[in-house]
Amino acid sequence: MTDQESISIFSPATAARFDALVLKYPLKRSALVPMLLYAQDEIGYLSDAVIAEIAQRIGITQLDVRSVASYYSMLRFKPAGRYNVQVCTNICCMLRGGYDILDRFKKELHIGHKETTADGTFSLEEVECIGACSWAPAIQVNYDFHDELKPDLVPGLIDAYRGKAAAKGAK
Amino acid sequence: MPRLVSHPDEVKIVSQRFGQGAANIDRYIELGGYQAVKKCIAQGPDWIIDEMKASGLRGRGGAGFPTGMKWSFVPKQSAKPKYVLVNGDESEPCTCKDHLIFLHDPHSIIEGTIIAGLAIGAKTGFIYLRGEYRYLIEIMERAVADAYQKGFLGKDIFGSGIEFQIITQTGAGAYEVGEESALMESLEGKRGVPRIKPPFPAVVGLYGGPTVINNAETIATVPHVITMGAAAFSAVGSARNGGTRLFSISGHVEKPGVYELPMGYNLKKIIYEVAGGIWKGRGLKAVVPGGSSTPCLLPDEIDIGMDFDQVAKAGSMMGSAGVCVIDDHTCMVEFAQRTIAFYQHESCGWCIPCREGTDWIKKTITRIHAGFGEAKDIDNVTTIGNNMLGRTFCPLGDAAAMPTLAFVKKFRKEFEDHLNGKPCPFAHKN
Repeated sequence: MTDQESISIFSPATAARFDALVLKYPLKRSALVPMLLYAQDEIGYLSDAVIAEIAQRIGITQLDVRSVASYYSMLRFKPAGRYNVQVCTNICCMLRGGYDILDRFKKELHIGHKETTADGTFSLEEVECIGACSWAPAIQVNYDFHDELKPDLVPGLIDAYRGKAAAKGAK
Repeated sequence: MPRLVSHPDEVKIVSQRFGQGAANIDRYIELGGYQAVKKCIAQGPDWIIDEMKASGLRGRGGAGFPTGMKWSFVPKQSAKPKYVLVNGDESEPCTCKDHLIFLHDPHSIIEGTIIAGLAIGAKTGFIYLRGEYRYLIEIMERAVADAYQKGFLGKDIFGSGIEFQIITQTGAGAYEVGEESALMESLEGKRGVPRIKPPFPAVVGLYGGPTVINNAETIATVPHVITMGAAAFSAVGSARNGGTRLFSISGHVEKPGVYELPMGYNLKKIIYEVAGGIWKGRGLKAVVPGGSSTPCLLPDEIDIGMDFDQVAKAGSMMGSAGVCVIDDHTCMVEFAQRTIAFYQHESCGWCIPCREGTDWIKKTITRIHAGFGEAKDIDNVTTIGNNMLGRTFCPLGDAAAMPTLAFVKKFRKEFEDHLNGKPCPFAHKN
């Protein structure tokens, strides 16, 4: 894969991780779903370039990669915000105010489902069960869980992530 | 970090190391970990399977299939490699127990996986976690790396000359992948569309090899069965239902949480004593006893023991033991709508009864809840539901139809109260 490394769109660390990932399983193709997710973590979404490189790394067509990627709800073909807020509104969260949490995020961020703030800091998504039912209502911001939320805790949470974004931006 | 709860009636077997720092391998060993697997190496595969059979342990994913019997179906001789597959996709709404196992006791999953591998003669185990559980995957990966370092995994585990490897895998968001054959498809890098059965996984599974697939809680229970002994484990539960279960209690109770109780523990006591009763001093309207796919029970139907057989006798299923409690301020039409909306979203679309059925039921119940329903819509929902049951390759079609049919049957009056432009009678703030 030396030829590819020189043209990889991924960081050296991620490229090295992918080199190892294709050797991890009895079949190379088993690396596909994790690779798509890790690629998205780095690039932000599954761009044409991401799909092209992954297809090449696995040794399958780009169409095949798109077909698989389109099945999984966490994978996206468009950019999201730096912090993707995923609010669960499935039954257990709904019963304890999941929709109130969603509404509060909409109000505070001035965006709706699958929309991104103008500055690109936040996107918002209503999602299905995230496996935090006994600690409802729950959300995930990227991969971080926030359990037992209340609408009034939403502004503080947004501020905390804004601060994080500013600190990272300053570096 | 998810809050841990406790109640005096709990029998902490699977959860005994929760909150004890057992994600650290040395701490796990200090707390008695990795002793069961050593015993299994000494005793051999037939003994392990006999113990599992005698323990009465049944699959914690929801189907309740006897674990020892499942393992015994794997052929002893196989041209293709055999595999152990741990299902940590945990996606059934109301269920969050595996979440805590991965967080607090990842080595019990590793130890159980090795024991399953010894039992069926597999050299490789896979641990598949849903993609949303990234922080848990990282904990799991660290635990696996530590186990390799200690020589508990690899070419010569515990100096026995036996090889066993563990490979972790992440999903990327899909409820259906929790179905065993769909999970294998996903692990092979494909869309998570279920396979036609037979052949069953024990004969043709992952990469075409004989495969045992167990829920994460089942696997985490295995070392405890070995440590306690089958007889002692079986004695904890009820008839034909060995041991304990992690109950994920959610919804309108004062003290939601994951509680470990003996199989057969009374459902009414779970709600009113263990979970502290209905919140805000309200009344009980319904209980979803085993994850969102199980038919709801009415308040006069909950004086039952929570095991696979007793809940089935009451007309529902124990499923994943995700108990969702619904108070009397809740609109059951809205609840039914949100339930079917989930299944409609998750249907892969392969089987027409599921693809069309979930869509039409969602549309119809949405219309009813919005006040635009007509009398015939209610029977239409039932007709569509009945035409989905048993007519799909995987259980998703049934999972969508079963709760829906129960909602309509048990709360028909509430559906009728929404018809002909009437506003939702529960359209007040909770």
